[in-house]
Amino acid sequence: MSDSLADHAASATPPVVAKRIRSLSERAIAWIFVAPTIVILLAINIFPLVWTIYLSFTNYRVNRPNKDVEFIGLRNYKRILSDPDIWVTMQATAHFLIWTIVFQVLIGFTLAYLINKKFKGNDLWTTIIVLPMMLSPAVVGNFWTFLYQPQIGLFNGFISLFTGVDPASFSMIGDVALAPWAIVIVDTWMWTPFVMLICLAGLRSIPDSIYEAAECDRASNWRQFWTITIPMVLPFLMLAVLFRGIENFKMFDLVVQLTGGGPGNLTTLTSIDLKREAFEKWRTGYASAYAVILFVTVFGLASIYVKALNRVKQR
Amino acid sequence: MKSKLANTVAAAALASGGMLMGGASHALAEDLTLCWASWDPANALVELSKEFEAQSGHKMSFEFVPWPNFADRMLNELNSGGQLCDLMIGDSQWIGGSAENGHYVKLNDFFEKEKIDMGDFIPATVTGYAEWPKNTPNYWALPAFGDVVGWTYRKDWFSRPELQAEFKEKHGRDLDVPKTLEELKQIAEFFQGREIDGNTVYGASIYTERGSEGITMGVTNALYNYGFKYQNPDKPYELEGFVNSPEAVAGLEFYKSLYDCCTPPGSSDWYMSENIDAYKSGQVAMQMNFAFIWPGVEADPNVGGGKSGYFPNPAGPGGHFAQLGGQGISVVSYSSKRDAALEYIKWFAQPEVQKKWWEAGGYSALRAVVEDPGFATSQPYAQTFLDSMAIVKDFWAEPAYASLLLPMQERVHNFVVAGQGTAQEALNGLVRDWDEVFEDEGKK
Repeated sequence: MSDSLADHAASATPPVVAKRIRSLSERAIAWIFVAPTIVILLAINIFPLVWTIYLSFTNYRVNRPNKDVEFIGLRNYKRILSDPDIWVTMQATAHFLIWTIVFQVLIGFTLAYLINKKFKGNDLWTTIIVLPMMLSPAVVGNFWTFLYQPQIGLFNGFISLFTGVDPASFSMIGDVALAPWAIVIVDTWMWTPFVMLICLAGLRSIPDSIYEAAECDRASNWRQFWTITIPMVLPFLMLAVLFRGIENFKMFDLVVQLTGGGPGNLTTLTSIDLKREAFEKWRTGYASAYAVILFVTVFGLASIYVKALNRVKQR
Repeated sequence: MKSKLANTVAAAALASGGMLMGGASHALAEDLTLCWASWDPANALVELSKEFEAQSGHKMSFEFVPWPNFADRMLNELNSGGQLCDLMIGDSQWIGGSAENGHYVKLNDFFEKEKIDMGDFIPATVTGYAEWPKNTPNYWALPAFGDVVGWTYRKDWFSRPELQAEFKEKHGRDLDVPKTLEELKQIAEFFQGREIDGNTVYGASIYTERGSEGITMGVTNALYNYGFKYQNPDKPYELEGFVNSPEAVAGLEFYKSLYDCCTPPGSSDWYMSENIDAYKSGQVAMQMNFAFIWPGVEADPNVGGGKSGYFPNPAGPGGHFAQLGGQGISVVSYSSKRDAALEYIKWFAQPEVQKKWWEAGGYSALRAVVEDPGFATSQPYAQTFLDSMAIVKDFWAEPAYASLLLPMQERVHNFVVAGQGTAQEALNGLVRDWDEVFEDEGKK
């Protein structure tokens, strides 16, 4: 009995169709199976990308269907790259991205390291710690606005308790110096458990035999941590950084709920700015150019990072 | 047999006649959807519309969206040619875009046919909510809800003898409704941080919201009254020297000084609902807000029943104006139930319905209602509403209004709340942003 792809497919189809299938080549059968996926990918991924690139060279506005669409060359790109406000937005995004990743990795790894030790109530603590990441970002943003309320907010009250500062004297989301940190704190609170879970998976994948061998060699705990734990967990950590980096680059809902991008535009991240250009100002061509610039930036950075990640894995 | 056959034929004829009639009445009765913001007046309209349902046989459904998302959600709906809304009570600034982009049905012929005269409505509301281009007899909406920014104050606090005496000693005048913006600031400063009934209270809650239109709807009440103008009155779209004039700069600086000196801590992103909450919870002596909130204030157990008073936006050195709010009701051109929607507008325009609208908490814009001799005393806030509607001024209603609004939100919030740069820099930046928009629009 032949076990070609055509025979397998024919055996699962009615006799009339089966006859036709048997006459097809292996390659044709493979294309028939893959084609629907390729068509869907082209329709929902590639076509919009190409269309966005095309629109970025025009003055098209989606809310003005009666207006002629003009080809304006690189004008949208020039405007974006020479707009100082865009750079403020980029800086806000970089500040948010870098500090959330730093805090989440440090705290997430520490928590994972502690949770990995066997102690009573281990599972309960794990469940409690991961609760924040199960909430909706919009809900989290909303209730943190109450926690940050100067007069009744628990956060200000908590700070006041330890420092003696009047809780009504500072506003986390209204103060220029504090607002960028306010969004970092909330994102860290919400997503550190995610990093912790990935690190925990990394820690639990390290075979005990390696530590046993190290102990036979009389390696200290500190030495074991730096030469076994960290290198073995590093690929997992890097994966967590990649996930959080991509997620936070497109962060929108949490920050909109929390600060609305303010005060001024100090917490206006690129995704918020892009949404305003595209769906509030309706500058579709301009917003397309903005999206293309962001896409190239993220794609470039992610490619470099993935190469680095692969190198670490191969070590 | 013959009679049996005759009976059968008669029964069949009756049945088919009945079916035809039933079918005809089904074709006439429509399910209309009215889209508006989610707020107290919308609830009043739901109640009022039951009368229309009973009279017309149409069924009314409602799609209400909270204010911060209202423009976003509804403009998306209109721009995508959606058929969700048959009737739209859209914001006044949408009129230009909705007219030029074909979202609204032009109502001139309908008004003429149904003898609905725009002269019967408050002129400012006709210009603000119905006309495009402005000051031309091209109507795209029926004025539905007159609204304007005004002020609410704690009359009970103002009337306390010890506070009266202290204020008089300090400022040499009575603690009373302010006539000017400077006086308003003095009163706000007087109350800021004061202990009243064991609670710390603050001067005033003002609009500072960043995300939608909040801070613009607030700051314009200072800008207009210091001399800000949107453009050269003799040369449209010439902004330099008008938007960023020294008077406009002084107006913006005033608003920032009011924010810095006299608002509750944490009020950096406040709009209508936050101001209402602060006022009703006894945090502030005064609040800036649209007039729509006044029926709710009067009915509130903590601050209603005579404890609150109302006054129009005070004058400034450059004039006396107040920011127009409110909306007109339009028929969405993508609706397949246009006739039924027009029927609703015809019903809503009737003087007796407009009178009920006012009684239910809706601000009628019909002159027959507001010019009635008993109107000014019909509610404690009625006279303030009339006085305020007489001094209104509105933001741009251009088709590119959203592109004009967002930079203003950003520039003003950056200066007033974030304290970045100077007022002059903020307004110079605004001129640049608006010039760019008008260049894109081919108007410069």
